[in-house]
Amino acid sequence: MKLTPYEQSLLEGAEGRGVQKAMEIVVALGRIYGAHDLVEISSAQVAGVSYKNLGEAGLEFLSDWSAQGARVRVPTTLNPAGLDLQSWRALGFDADFAAKQQRVIDTFAAMGIPPSCTCTPYLVGNLPARGEHVAWAESSAVSFANSVLGARTNREGGPSALAAAIVGRTARYGLHLDVHRRAQLIIDVRCPVRTLSDFGALGILVGKQVRNRVPYLRGLDAARLSQPVGLDLLKTLGAAMAASGAVALYHIEGVTPESSDPDIIAPNAEQVTITDLAPGYYALNHSEGVSIDLVWFGCPHASLAELEEVVRLLDGRKCKVPLWVTMARSLRDEAARSGLLQRFEALGGHVVADTCLVVAPMEGLGFRCMATPCAKGAYYAPAHSGIAVHFDSPQACVEAAVTGRWLGSGGI
Amino acid sequence: MKRLTGRVIKHGRASGIALVSSEPISFFGMVDAETGRVIEASHPLAGQQIGGRVLVFPTGKGSTVGSYSLYRLAKAGHAPAAIINAESDPIVAVGAIISGIPMVDQVDITQIRTGDRVCVDGEQVIVES
Repeated sequence: MKLTPYEQSLLEGAEGRGVQKAMEIVVALGRIYGAHDLVEISSAQVAGVSYKNLGEAGLEFLSDWSAQGARVRVPTTLNPAGLDLQSWRALGFDADFAAKQQRVIDTFAAMGIPPSCTCTPYLVGNLPARGEHVAWAESSAVSFANSVLGARTNREGGPSALAAAIVGRTARYGLHLDVHRRAQLIIDVRCPVRTLSDFGALGILVGKQVRNRVPYLRGLDAARLSQPVGLDLLKTLGAAMAASGAVALYHIEGVTPESSDPDIIAPNAEQVTITDLAPGYYALNHSEGVSIDLVWFGCPHASLAELEEVVRLLDGRKCKVPLWVTMARSLRDEAARSGLLQRFEALGGHVVADTCLVVAPMEGLGFRCMATPCAKGAYYAPAHSGIAVHFDSPQACVEAAVTGRWLGSGGI
Repeated sequence: MKRLTGRVIKHGRASGIALVSSEPISFFGMVDAETGRVIEASHPLAGQQIGGRVLVFPTGKGSTVGSYSLYRLAKAGHAPAAIINAESDPIVAVGAIISGIPMVDQVDITQIRTGDRVCVDGEQVIVES
Protein backbone atom coordinates (compact mmCIF):
# COMPACT_ATOMS: atom_id res chain seq x y z
CA MET A 1 0.00 0.00 0.00
CA LYS A 2 1.27 3.46 -0.94
CA LEU A 3 1.40 5.97 1.92
CA THR A 4 2.28 9.66 1.63
CA PRO A 5 5.38 10.77 3.57
CA TYR A 6 3.05 12.37 6.13
CA GLU A 7 1.00 9.18 6.56
CA GLN A 8 4.22 7.19 6.87
CA SER A 9 5.42 9.55 9.61
CA LEU A 10 2.21 9.00 11.59
CA LEU A 11 2.74 5.26 11.26
CA GLU A 12 6.24 5.71 12.64
CA GLY A 13 4.95 7.61 15.65
CA ALA A 14 5.71 11.24 14.72
CA GLU A 15 2.56 12.42 16.47
CA GLY A 16 2.63 10.08 19.42
CA ARG A 17 1.54 6.58 20.32
CA GLY A 18 -2.21 7.26 20.14
CA VAL A 19 -2.08 8.47 16.54
CA GLN A 20 0.40 5.73 15.63
CA LYS A 21 -1.99 3.07 16.96
CA ALA A 22 -4.84 4.56 14.90
CA MET A 23 -2.67 4.54 11.76
CA GLU A 24 -1.68 0.92 12.41
CA ILE A 25 -5.37 -0.05 12.47
CA VAL A 26 -6.25 1.86 9.30
CA VAL A 27 -3.22 0.51 7.39
CA ALA A 28 -3.79 -3.07 8.55
CA LEU A 29 -7.40 -3.05 7.37
CA GLY A 30 -6.27 -1.57 4.06
CA ARG A 31 -3.74 -4.35 3.66
CA ILE A 32 -6.30 -7.06 4.51
CA TYR A 33 -8.76 -5.75 1.92
CA GLY A 34 -6.24 -4.94 -0.78
CA ALA A 35 -6.36 -1.12 -0.68
CA HIS A 36 -3.72 0.69 -2.74
CA ASP A 37 -3.81 3.86 -0.66
CA LEU A 38 -5.72 5.85 1.96
CA VAL A 39 -8.46 8.40 1.33
CA GLU A 40 -9.23 11.49 3.42
CA ILE A 41 -12.61 11.40 5.17
CA SER A 42 -14.93 14.29 6.00
CA SER A 43 -16.62 12.71 9.02
CA ALA A 44 -16.87 9.63 11.22
CA GLN A 45 -19.63 7.87 13.16
CA VAL A 46 -18.34 5.78 16.06
CA ALA A 47 -20.19 2.72 17.42
CA GLY A 48 -19.44 0.78 20.60
CA VAL A 49 -20.73 3.43 23.01
CA SER A 50 -23.13 1.58 25.30
CA TYR A 51 -21.37 0.28 28.41
CA LYS A 52 -23.54 -2.81 28.01
CA ASN A 53 -21.56 -3.69 24.87
CA LEU A 54 -18.16 -2.20 25.76
CA GLY A 55 -17.76 -3.57 29.25
CA GLU A 56 -14.82 -2.59 31.44
CA ALA A 57 -12.38 -3.79 28.75
CA GLY A 58 -13.74 -1.49 26.10
CA LEU A 59 -13.79 1.44 28.48
CA GLU A 60 -10.20 0.74 29.56
CA PHE A 61 -9.11 0.56 25.95
CA LEU A 62 -10.72 3.90 25.13
CA SER A 63 -9.23 5.51 28.25
CA ASP A 64 -5.74 4.24 27.40
CA TRP A 65 -6.03 5.42 23.80
CA SER A 66 -7.19 8.83 24.95
CA ALA A 67 -4.32 9.03 27.47
CA GLN A 68 -1.89 8.30 24.61
CA GLY A 69 -3.06 11.48 22.92
CA ALA A 70 -5.70 10.16 20.54
CA ARG A 71 -7.92 13.03 19.35
CA VAL A 72 -10.28 13.06 16.39
CA ARG A 73 -9.39 15.36 13.51
CA VAL A 74 -12.67 15.25 11.58
CA PRO A 75 -16.24 15.94 12.82
CA THR A 76 -17.26 12.77 14.62
CA THR A 77 -20.60 11.64 16.01
CA LEU A 78 -21.44 8.89 18.49
CA ASN A 79 -23.83 5.95 18.40
CA PRO A 80 -26.50 5.59 21.13
CA ALA A 81 -25.43 5.10 24.73
CA GLY A 82 -26.89 2.55 27.16
CA LEU A 83 -29.41 4.94 28.67
CA ASP A 84 -30.92 8.42 28.55
CA LEU A 85 -28.02 10.43 29.98
CA GLN A 86 -30.39 12.87 31.71
CA SER A 87 -33.65 11.02 32.49
CA TRP A 88 -32.22 7.57 33.31
CA ARG A 89 -33.35 7.63 36.94
CA ALA A 90 -36.99 8.43 36.12
CA LEU A 91 -36.99 5.65 33.50
CA GLY A 92 -35.77 3.13 36.08
CA PHE A 93 -32.16 2.52 34.99
CA ASP A 94 -29.48 1.46 37.48
CA ALA A 95 -27.26 4.14 39.05
CA ASP A 96 -24.10 2.02 38.88
CA PHE A 97 -24.62 1.42 35.15
CA ALA A 98 -25.31 5.13 34.66
CA ALA A 99 -22.00 6.04 36.33
CA LYS A 100 -20.07 3.62 34.11
CA GLN A 101 -21.86 4.91 31.00
CA GLN A 102 -20.94 8.47 31.96
CA ARG A 103 -17.24 7.46 32.13
CA VAL A 104 -17.53 6.21 28.53
CA ILE A 105 -19.11 9.48 27.43
CA ASP A 106 -16.42 11.52 29.25
CA THR A 107 -13.69 9.49 27.57
CA PHE A 108 -15.11 10.15 24.11
CA ALA A 109 -15.47 13.84 25.01
CA ALA A 110 -11.76 13.96 25.92
CA MET A 111 -11.01 12.65 22.41
CA GLY A 112 -13.02 15.50 20.94
CA ILE A 113 -16.31 13.69 20.31
CA PRO A 114 -19.46 15.35 21.65
CA PRO A 115 -22.21 13.10 23.08
CA SER A 116 -24.53 13.16 20.04
CA CYS A 117 -25.52 9.57 20.95
CA THR A 118 -27.68 8.73 17.97
CA CYS A 119 -27.81 6.16 15.19
CA THR A 120 -29.15 8.92 12.88
CA PRO A 121 -26.18 11.32 12.74
CA TYR A 122 -27.53 12.56 9.39
CA LEU A 123 -30.53 14.07 11.23
CA VAL A 124 -28.32 16.07 13.60
CA GLY A 125 -25.84 17.74 11.29
CA ASN A 126 -23.43 14.98 10.23
CA LEU A 127 -24.68 15.07 6.65
CA PRO A 128 -22.06 14.15 4.05
CA ALA A 129 -22.64 15.18 0.44
CA ARG A 130 -22.76 12.88 -2.53
CA GLY A 131 -19.35 11.40 -3.34
CA GLU A 132 -17.78 12.36 0.01
CA HIS A 133 -15.70 9.69 1.71
CA VAL A 134 -16.56 9.01 5.35
CA ALA A 135 -15.85 6.28 7.93
CA TRP A 136 -19.06 5.29 9.63
CA ALA A 137 -19.95 2.45 11.94
CA GLU A 138 -23.60 1.60 12.77
CA SER A 139 -25.08 -0.49 10.00
CA SER A 140 -28.29 1.53 9.52
CA ALA A 141 -26.37 4.81 9.26
CA VAL A 142 -23.88 3.24 6.85
CA SER A 143 -26.78 2.19 4.66
CA PHE A 144 -28.38 5.66 4.75
CA ALA A 145 -25.09 7.44 4.03
CA ASN A 146 -24.23 5.25 1.04
CA SER A 147 -27.70 4.78 -0.43
CA VAL A 148 -29.75 7.91 0.30
CA LEU A 149 -26.95 10.48 0.53
CA GLY A 150 -24.59 8.92 -2.02
CA ALA A 151 -21.64 9.31 0.36
CA ARG A 152 -19.06 6.52 0.53
CA THR A 153 -18.29 4.32 3.51
CA ASN A 154 -17.62 0.71 4.33
CA ARG A 155 -19.25 -0.96 7.33
CA GLU A 156 -16.69 0.13 9.89
CA GLY A 157 -16.47 -1.47 13.33
CA GLY A 158 -16.26 0.61 16.51
CA PRO A 159 -12.45 0.79 16.82
CA SER A 160 -11.84 1.16 13.08
CA ALA A 161 -14.21 4.13 12.70
CA LEU A 162 -12.52 5.78 15.68
CA ALA A 163 -9.07 5.06 14.23
CA ALA A 164 -10.12 6.65 10.94
CA ALA A 165 -11.40 9.72 12.80
CA ILE A 166 -8.06 10.04 14.65
CA VAL A 167 -5.96 10.01 11.45
CA GLY A 168 -8.63 11.64 9.26
CA ARG A 169 -8.32 8.85 6.70
CA THR A 170 -9.52 5.40 5.89
CA ALA A 171 -8.23 2.75 3.52
CA ARG A 172 -9.63 3.04 0.00
CA TYR A 173 -11.33 -0.29 -0.68
CA GLY A 174 -14.85 -1.71 -0.98
CA LEU A 175 -17.60 0.91 -1.26
CA HIS A 176 -15.09 3.76 -1.64
CA LEU A 177 -14.56 2.44 -5.19
CA ASP A 178 -17.08 2.78 -8.07
CA VAL A 179 -16.75 -0.82 -9.09
CA HIS A 180 -18.14 -2.13 -5.79
CA ARG A 181 -21.17 0.21 -5.84
CA ARG A 182 -22.91 -1.54 -8.72
CA ALA A 183 -26.01 -3.62 -8.05
CA GLN A 184 -25.48 -7.37 -8.21
CA LEU A 185 -29.15 -8.20 -7.65
CA ILE A 186 -32.38 -6.71 -9.04
CA ILE A 187 -35.35 -6.87 -6.66
CA ASP A 188 -38.72 -6.52 -8.40
CA VAL A 189 -41.31 -5.52 -5.81
CA ARG A 190 -44.76 -6.56 -7.03
CA CYS A 191 -46.93 -5.85 -4.00
CA PRO A 192 -48.10 -2.64 -2.29
CA VAL A 193 -45.56 -1.17 0.18
CA ARG A 194 -47.19 1.70 2.08
CA THR A 195 -46.63 2.00 5.83
CA LEU A 196 -43.44 2.31 7.85
CA SER A 197 -43.79 -1.33 8.90
CA ASP A 198 -44.36 -2.40 5.27
CA PHE A 199 -41.00 -0.89 4.36
CA GLY A 200 -39.41 -2.63 7.35
CA ALA A 201 -40.92 -6.00 6.43
CA LEU A 202 -39.68 -5.55 2.86
CA GLY A 203 -36.20 -4.74 4.17
CA ILE A 204 -36.12 -7.91 6.26
CA LEU A 205 -37.06 -10.00 3.21
CA VAL A 206 -34.59 -8.28 0.89
CA GLY A 207 -31.73 -8.46 3.41
CA LYS A 208 -32.13 -12.23 3.72
CA GLN A 209 -31.90 -12.65 -0.06
CA VAL A 210 -29.13 -10.15 -0.65
CA ARG A 211 -26.81 -10.87 2.32
CA ASN A 212 -23.86 -8.49 1.79
CA ARG A 213 -24.44 -7.69 -1.88
CA VAL A 214 -25.85 -4.48 -3.44
CA PRO A 215 -29.53 -4.64 -4.49
CA TYR A 216 -31.38 -2.47 -7.02
CA LEU A 217 -35.08 -2.20 -6.11
CA ARG A 218 -37.81 -1.58 -8.68
CA GLY A 219 -41.56 -1.24 -8.33
CA LEU A 220 -41.68 1.13 -5.34
CA ASP A 221 -43.62 4.44 -5.37
CA ALA A 222 -40.79 6.77 -6.43
CA ALA A 223 -42.88 9.94 -6.21
CA ARG A 224 -43.82 9.28 -2.58
CA LEU A 225 -40.30 8.18 -1.61
CA SER A 226 -38.93 11.43 -3.01
CA GLN A 227 -41.08 13.51 -0.62
CA PRO A 228 -39.89 14.31 2.94
CA VAL A 229 -41.84 11.33 4.38
CA GLY A 230 -39.78 9.14 2.09
CA LEU A 231 -36.65 9.74 4.19
CA ASP A 232 -38.25 8.01 7.18
CA LEU A 233 -39.41 5.10 5.01
CA LEU A 234 -35.92 4.72 3.49
CA LYS A 235 -34.39 4.92 6.96
CA THR A 236 -36.40 1.93 8.18
CA LEU A 237 -35.96 0.00 4.91
CA GLY A 238 -32.18 0.33 5.00
CA ALA A 239 -31.96 -0.50 8.70
CA ALA A 240 -33.96 -3.70 8.16
CA MET A 241 -31.81 -4.80 5.22
CA ALA A 242 -28.68 -4.17 7.28
CA ALA A 243 -30.09 -6.23 10.17
CA SER A 244 -31.29 -9.35 8.35
CA GLY A 245 -28.44 -9.14 5.84
CA ALA A 246 -25.32 -7.02 5.78
CA VAL A 247 -26.54 -4.59 3.13
CA ALA A 248 -24.40 -1.44 3.20
CA LEU A 249 -25.71 0.08 -0.05
CA TYR A 250 -28.91 -0.19 -2.04
CA HIS A 251 -30.33 1.62 -5.06
CA ILE A 252 -34.01 2.37 -5.74
CA GLU A 253 -35.14 3.17 -9.27
CA GLY A 254 -36.01 6.86 -9.60
CA VAL A 255 -35.22 7.63 -5.95
CA THR A 256 -31.64 7.17 -4.73
CA PRO A 257 -28.91 9.39 -6.20
CA GLU A 258 -26.83 6.73 -7.93
CA SER A 259 -29.77 4.72 -9.32
CA SER A 260 -29.70 6.59 -12.64
CA ASP A 261 -25.94 6.26 -13.18
CA PRO A 262 -25.06 4.38 -16.36
CA ASP A 263 -23.97 0.80 -15.69
CA ILE A 264 -25.22 0.94 -12.07
CA ILE A 265 -26.56 -2.58 -12.54
CA ALA A 266 -23.85 -5.16 -13.07
CA PRO A 267 -24.30 -7.09 -16.35
CA ASN A 268 -24.70 -10.46 -14.66
CA ALA A 269 -27.14 -9.27 -11.96
CA GLU A 270 -29.57 -11.88 -10.71
CA GLN A 271 -33.26 -11.04 -10.51
CA VAL A 272 -35.59 -11.72 -7.57
CA THR A 273 -39.32 -10.97 -7.32
CA ILE A 274 -41.11 -10.13 -4.08
CA THR A 275 -44.89 -10.52 -4.26
CA ASP A 276 -45.89 -10.67 -0.58
CA LEU A 277 -44.72 -8.90 2.59
CA ALA A 278 -46.45 -11.38 4.92
CA PRO A 279 -43.31 -13.52 5.43
CA GLY A 280 -41.50 -10.37 6.62
CA TYR A 281 -44.23 -9.63 9.14
CA TYR A 282 -44.27 -13.27 10.19
CA ALA A 283 -40.52 -13.28 10.82
CA LEU A 284 -40.75 -10.33 13.22
CA ASN A 285 -43.79 -11.31 15.27
CA HIS A 286 -42.51 -13.32 18.19
CA SER A 287 -45.40 -13.06 20.63
CA GLU A 288 -48.78 -14.66 21.19
CA GLY A 289 -49.47 -12.38 24.15
CA VAL A 290 -52.30 -9.88 24.03
CA SER A 291 -51.17 -7.81 27.00
CA ILE A 292 -48.75 -5.06 25.95
CA ASP A 293 -46.56 -3.27 28.51
CA LEU A 294 -44.41 -1.11 26.21
CA VAL A 295 -44.76 0.51 22.78
CA TRP A 296 -41.60 1.65 21.00
CA PHE A 297 -41.06 4.00 18.05
CA GLY A 298 -37.64 5.21 16.91
CA CYS A 299 -35.39 2.45 15.55
CA PRO A 300 -33.48 3.96 13.87
CA HIS A 301 -33.94 7.09 16.00
CA ALA A 302 -37.11 8.99 15.11
CA SER A 303 -37.27 12.20 13.10
CA LEU A 304 -39.45 15.12 14.22
CA ALA A 305 -41.93 14.15 11.48
CA GLU A 306 -42.25 10.67 13.01
CA LEU A 307 -42.91 12.11 16.47
CA GLU A 308 -45.51 14.44 14.95
CA GLU A 309 -47.14 11.41 13.29
CA VAL A 310 -47.36 9.52 16.60
CA VAL A 311 -49.09 12.53 18.19
CA ARG A 312 -51.48 12.68 15.25
CA LEU A 313 -52.33 8.97 15.60
CA LEU A 314 -52.93 9.38 19.35
CA ASP A 315 -55.56 11.96 18.36
CA GLY A 316 -55.89 13.37 21.87
CA ARG A 317 -56.17 9.96 23.59
CA LYS A 318 -53.99 9.12 26.60
CA CYS A 319 -51.51 6.25 26.67
CA LYS A 320 -52.41 3.38 28.98
CA VAL A 321 -48.93 1.81 28.82
CA PRO A 322 -45.51 3.43 28.34
CA LEU A 323 -45.06 4.75 24.80
CA TRP A 324 -41.38 5.47 24.12
CA VAL A 325 -40.08 7.39 21.14
CA THR A 326 -36.28 7.16 21.03
CA MET A 327 -34.48 9.99 19.26
CA ALA A 328 -31.40 12.20 19.28
CA ARG A 329 -31.24 14.64 22.18
CA SER A 330 -30.86 17.67 19.90
CA LEU A 331 -34.12 16.74 18.12
CA ARG A 332 -35.82 16.24 21.48
CA ASP A 333 -34.70 19.76 22.41
CA GLU A 334 -36.09 21.05 19.12
CA ALA A 335 -39.43 19.33 19.83
CA ALA A 336 -39.45 21.03 23.25
CA ARG A 337 -38.96 24.45 21.63
CA SER A 338 -41.80 23.92 19.15
CA GLY A 339 -44.22 22.54 21.77
CA LEU A 340 -44.44 19.14 20.06
CA LEU A 341 -42.76 17.44 23.03
CA GLN A 342 -45.26 18.95 25.48
CA ARG A 343 -48.22 17.85 23.34
CA PHE A 344 -46.81 14.30 23.29
CA GLU A 345 -46.05 14.23 27.02
CA ALA A 346 -49.53 15.54 27.85
CA LEU A 347 -50.87 12.31 26.32
CA GLY A 348 -48.53 10.21 28.46
CA GLY A 349 -45.75 9.64 25.91
CA HIS A 350 -42.01 9.65 26.69
CA VAL A 351 -39.30 10.89 24.37
CA VAL A 352 -36.23 8.91 25.42
CA ALA A 353 -33.01 10.47 24.18
CA ASP A 354 -29.42 9.18 23.74
CA THR A 355 -30.27 5.47 23.75
CA CYS A 356 -32.35 2.68 22.25
CA LEU A 357 -33.82 -0.61 23.40
CA VAL A 358 -31.20 -2.69 21.61
CA VAL A 359 -28.22 -1.25 23.54
CA ALA A 360 -29.88 -0.37 26.88
CA PRO A 361 -29.95 -2.82 29.81
CA MET A 362 -33.70 -3.31 29.34
CA GLU A 363 -33.71 -6.63 31.22
CA GLY A 364 -33.68 -4.67 34.49
CA LEU A 365 -36.88 -2.76 33.75
CA GLY A 366 -39.36 -5.65 33.79
CA PHE A 367 -40.99 -5.22 30.37
CA ARG A 368 -42.28 -8.49 28.90
CA CYS A 369 -44.12 -7.73 25.67
CA MET A 370 -43.92 -4.73 23.39
CA ALA A 371 -45.36 -3.45 20.15
CA THR A 372 -43.23 -1.63 17.57
CA PRO A 373 -43.51 -0.64 13.89
CA CYS A 374 -39.69 -0.60 13.59
CA ALA A 375 -38.33 -3.69 11.84
CA LYS A 376 -34.73 -3.42 13.04
CA GLY A 377 -35.87 -3.01 16.63
CA ALA A 378 -38.28 -5.93 16.28
CA TYR A 379 -35.46 -8.03 14.81
CA TYR A 380 -32.99 -7.42 17.66
CA ALA A 381 -35.13 -6.74 20.74
CA PRO A 382 -36.01 -10.33 21.69
CA ALA A 383 -32.34 -11.42 21.86
CA HIS A 384 -30.86 -8.16 23.18
CA SER A 385 -33.57 -7.07 25.62
CA GLY A 386 -35.46 -10.28 26.37
CA ILE A 387 -38.72 -8.60 25.35
CA ALA A 388 -41.32 -10.38 23.18
CA VAL A 389 -42.42 -8.37 20.15
CA HIS A 390 -45.51 -7.58 18.13
CA PHE A 391 -44.53 -5.87 14.89
CA ASP A 392 -47.12 -3.96 12.89
CA SER A 393 -48.14 -0.59 11.45
CA PRO A 394 -47.68 2.66 13.40
CA GLN A 395 -51.46 2.86 13.73
CA ALA A 396 -51.77 -0.65 15.25
CA CYS A 397 -48.93 0.15 17.68
CA VAL A 398 -50.49 3.43 18.80
CA GLU A 399 -53.79 1.58 19.40
CA ALA A 400 -51.81 -0.85 21.59
CA ALA A 401 -50.42 2.10 23.57
CA VAL A 402 -53.91 3.50 24.13
CA THR A 403 -55.57 0.20 25.09
CA GLY A 404 -52.68 -1.83 26.56
CA ARG A 405 -53.94 -4.70 24.40
CA TRP A 406 -52.75 -6.20 21.15
CA LEU A 407 -55.78 -5.89 18.92
CA GLY A 408 -54.27 -7.73 16.00
CA SER A 409 -52.96 -6.75 12.70
CA GLY A 410 -53.66 -3.40 11.13
CA GLY A 411 -50.82 -3.64 8.66
CA ILE A 412 -51.29 -6.76 6.58
CA MET B 1 10.61 -28.62 11.41
CA LYS B 2 8.36 -26.80 8.94
CA ARG B 3 8.73 -23.23 7.75
CA LEU B 4 5.51 -21.51 6.66
CA THR B 5 5.09 -17.97 5.40
CA GLY B 6 2.10 -15.68 5.92
CA ARG B 7 1.12 -12.05 5.74
CA VAL B 8 1.84 -9.82 8.72
CA ILE B 9 -1.26 -8.33 10.39
CA LYS B 10 0.51 -7.31 13.61
CA HIS B 11 4.29 -7.39 13.51
CA GLY B 12 6.06 -9.19 16.33
CA ARG B 13 7.85 -12.29 17.57
CA ALA B 14 6.37 -14.85 19.95
CA SER B 15 6.39 -18.59 20.50
CA GLY B 16 4.27 -21.12 22.32
CA ILE B 17 2.36 -24.35 22.06
CA ALA B 18 -0.24 -24.38 19.28
CA LEU B 19 -3.95 -24.59 20.02
CA VAL B 20 -5.76 -25.26 16.75
CA SER B 21 -9.47 -24.71 16.10
CA SER B 22 -11.18 -25.90 12.96
CA GLU B 23 -14.04 -23.47 13.67
CA PRO B 24 -14.06 -19.64 13.53
CA ILE B 25 -13.60 -17.80 16.83
CA SER B 26 -15.32 -14.80 18.38
CA PHE B 27 -13.61 -13.38 21.44
CA PHE B 28 -16.92 -11.78 22.49
CA GLY B 29 -18.93 -14.18 24.64
CA MET B 30 -16.84 -17.21 23.72
CA VAL B 31 -13.87 -16.74 26.02
CA ASP B 32 -14.09 -15.87 29.72
CA ALA B 33 -12.17 -12.62 30.04
CA GLU B 34 -11.18 -13.36 33.68
CA THR B 35 -9.66 -16.79 33.08
CA GLY B 36 -8.90 -17.06 29.36
CA ARG B 37 -10.93 -20.28 29.21
CA VAL B 38 -13.24 -21.02 26.25
CA ILE B 39 -16.76 -21.09 27.69
CA GLU B 40 -18.88 -21.55 24.56
CA ALA B 41 -19.99 -25.15 25.21
CA SER B 42 -20.55 -26.08 21.55
CA HIS B 43 -17.12 -24.83 20.42
CA PRO B 44 -14.42 -27.43 19.62
CA LEU B 45 -12.06 -25.60 22.02
CA ALA B 46 -14.57 -25.57 24.91
CA GLY B 47 -12.76 -25.75 28.27
CA GLN B 48 -9.32 -24.94 26.81
CA GLN B 49 -7.07 -22.16 28.09
CA ILE B 50 -5.98 -19.82 25.31
CA GLY B 51 -3.60 -17.73 27.44
CA GLY B 52 0.01 -18.01 26.23
CA ARG B 53 -0.87 -20.40 23.39
CA VAL B 54 -0.30 -19.79 19.70
CA LEU B 55 -3.94 -19.73 18.67
CA VAL B 56 -4.60 -21.07 15.18
CA PHE B 57 -8.05 -20.79 13.56
CA PRO B 58 -9.51 -20.19 10.11
CA THR B 59 -11.04 -16.75 10.66
CA GLY B 60 -12.97 -14.58 13.12
CA LYS B 61 -16.71 -14.14 13.43
CA GLY B 62 -19.31 -12.15 15.35
CA SER B 63 -19.73 -8.80 17.05
CA THR B 64 -17.44 -5.79 16.57
CA VAL B 65 -17.10 -5.78 20.35
CA GLY B 66 -14.79 -8.79 19.91
CA SER B 67 -11.81 -6.45 19.37
CA TYR B 68 -12.36 -5.04 22.85
CA SER B 69 -12.78 -8.51 24.35
CA LEU B 70 -9.33 -9.54 23.05
CA TYR B 71 -7.86 -6.37 24.53
CA ARG B 72 -9.39 -7.22 27.89
CA LEU B 73 -7.84 -10.70 27.77
CA ALA B 74 -4.45 -9.15 27.05
CA LYS B 75 -4.79 -6.77 30.00
CA ALA B 76 -5.69 -9.66 32.29
CA GLY B 77 -2.67 -11.67 31.08
CA HIS B 78 -4.76 -14.32 29.31
CA ALA B 79 -4.21 -13.36 25.68
CA PRO B 80 -2.79 -15.84 23.19
CA ALA B 81 0.96 -15.44 22.57
CA ALA B 82 0.28 -15.12 18.85
CA ILE B 83 -2.58 -15.58 16.39
CA ILE B 84 -2.42 -17.42 13.07
CA ASN B 85 -5.40 -17.32 10.67
CA ALA B 86 -6.10 -18.73 7.24
CA GLU B 87 -7.89 -15.45 6.38
CA SER B 88 -8.11 -12.68 8.94
CA ASP B 89 -11.27 -10.66 9.55
CA PRO B 90 -11.26 -7.02 10.68
CA ILE B 91 -12.56 -7.70 14.19
CA VAL B 92 -9.77 -10.07 15.28
CA ALA B 93 -7.19 -8.11 13.26
CA VAL B 94 -8.06 -4.87 15.03
CA GLY B 95 -8.13 -6.73 18.36
CA ALA B 96 -4.59 -8.05 17.79
CA ILE B 97 -3.30 -4.65 16.72
CA ILE B 98 -4.68 -2.77 19.71
CA SER B 99 -3.56 -5.52 22.09
CA GLY B 100 -0.04 -5.90 20.67
CA ILE B 101 -0.48 -9.60 19.83
CA PRO B 102 1.71 -10.79 16.90
CA MET B 103 -0.60 -12.00 14.14
CA VAL B 104 -0.19 -13.46 10.66
CA ASP B 105 -2.73 -14.72 8.15
CA GLN B 106 -2.72 -16.42 4.74
CA VAL B 107 -0.99 -19.37 6.39
CA ASP B 108 -1.75 -23.00 5.49
CA ILE B 109 -3.10 -23.82 8.94
CA THR B 110 -3.60 -27.50 8.07
CA GLN B 111 0.19 -27.81 8.59
CA ILE B 112 -0.16 -27.04 12.32
CA ARG B 113 -1.46 -29.44 14.99
CA THR B 114 -2.47 -28.74 18.57
CA GLY B 115 0.60 -29.37 20.73
CA ASP B 116 3.16 -28.36 18.07
CA ARG B 117 5.74 -25.82 19.19
CA VAL B 118 5.25 -22.74 16.99
CA CYS B 119 7.30 -19.58 16.63
CA VAL B 120 5.85 -16.57 14.84
CA ASP B 121 8.43 -14.01 13.71
CA GLY B 122 7.07 -11.34 11.38
CA GLU B 123 5.77 -13.21 8.36
CA GLN B 124 7.65 -16.42 9.26
CA VAL B 125 5.96 -19.28 11.08
CA ILE B 126 8.23 -22.08 12.31
CA VAL B 127 6.51 -25.29 13.38
CA GLU B 128 8.18 -28.08 15.39
CA SER B 129 6.10 -31.22 15.87
